[in-house]
Amino acid sequence: MSQWIDACALEDIDEEDAITFKHDGGYYALYRTEDDRYFVTDGLCTHERVPLANGLVMGTIIECPKHNGRFDFTTGEAKGAPVCVNLKTYETDIRGDRLFFKLD
Amino acid sequence: MTPTARDYSLVGRDSELAEQNGLVAADWYSVDIDRKQIKRLMKRSDSPAIRDTIIWLGLLLASGAGAVYFWGTWWCVPFFLVYGVLYGSSSDSRWHESGHGTAFKTRWMNSALYYLSSFMILREPTIWLWSHTRHHTDTIIVGRDPEIAVPRPPDIKAMLLNIFALVSTWKTLKSLILHAGGTLTPNEATFVPESERPKVFFIARIYIAILLAVVVACVVAGSILPAMLVGLPTIYGGFMTVFFGLTQHTGLAEDVLDHRLNSRTVYMNPVFRFLYWNMNYHIEHHMFPMVPYHALPELHEAIKHDCPAPYPSTIAAYREILPTLLRQVKDPTYFVRRNLPRGVEPVPHNPGAVFQTSSQ
Repeated sequence: MSQWIDACALEDIDEEDAITFKHDGGYYALYRTEDDRYFVTDGLCTHERVPLANGLVMGTIIECPKHNGRFDFTTGEAKGAPVCVNLKTYETDIRGDRLFFKLD
Repeated sequence: MTPTARDYSLVGRDSELAEQNGLVAADWYSVDIDRKQIKRLMKRSDSPAIRDTIIWLGLLLASGAGAVYFWGTWWCVPFFLVYGVLYGSSSDSRWHESGHGTAFKTRWMNSALYYLSSFMILREPTIWLWSHTRHHTDTIIVGRDPEIAVPRPPDIKAMLLNIFALVSTWKTLKSLILHAGGTLTPNEATFVPESERPKVFFIARIYIAILLAVVVACVVAGSILPAMLVGLPTIYGGFMTVFFGLTQHTGLAEDVLDHRLNSRTVYMNPVFRFLYWNMNYHIEHHMFPMVPYHALPELHEAIKHDCPAPYPSTIAAYREILPTLLRQVKDPTYFVRRNLPRGVEPVPHNPGAVFQTSSQ
């Protein structure tokens, strides 16, 4: 059964940046774009399980801090070697000044 | 007690031991640095690499033109020397930086430079991309890192031959034939995913076609000049690759989860830093591989308080490296222990496999 998770305050994430959110043993990456859109994906790189939020956000791309693998965090699409497996994304909702995402 | 050699293959005893000892894809020490500062340092830009690439390719063309013009006279030698170093040595750092995707902001520019410089240094781009990925995951972890340049005990004869890329070129030529036939070695199969293998085989065939075309051009021209411009510079100009590359990890600790203990930061002059694209800041590069080459000096300033003292010059680094290599021939258990700044403790680590001795 799915549930909505209260992840953080909107202002907790800098513009064009990401933070890690841990919940119930899981790692999630929360993103804010330069034009204030918010996205949530799994928090660990599909290549070698490195926390993605320590990496670099460029537009809608997150680059893994360890091996520079890139994902489009709006779709989860892996953009080429060394990442070959897409990233799971989550539906988001903004309620007041808080970011929520839907966990399956 | 006579030490026995460690097993540096990726499918052998020490590979299993590394796994058992928690050294595989482990958490590595990282200096604390403000998120805003590291974000600024990681920021990509096209302009420094465009400038440097124009200078690099311009010098290549000019020295190549001079070499052709003076071909048949002794005056061609200095031109080939410059051309060879730019082609056979500087391509190493260009291959490296563009492989990380940090040279340029624009993706296709990184890819273009990556494929060009891979051919110049005669490395297969897909194999080496994955090999280098593993090198960053498990840096100098025996049985895991395919890029340990100097296994212990060092093979001095092979090292001397490789000053002119003879060993690496011979290995690559054999690999090209293997890959063109659609096969990987067991070691390569451990780090190249299935989905990437068709690319390996395709590019190997392209490399062979280019090299054969150079041979045909030499036969048609009745001269080795075409090969002096494409192919052979990897060999006669490759010596600076070894000169720079040996400073990175040679003689330092194996099986530690702290880049401060297994990598060197060496101060180099501006010419070397241009040729080597700042990879002399090697601790910094390994700890924060997303920081582009042009931002490494600033990163160095930001984290040096938590790192061993940098080597003041390349000569200073070699004053340590050469005696260490000679000592390791007789005593492969020996390595250089880096001193961290006062009050800074090395991270606890599992030393993994130790050298077995005859009494064990």
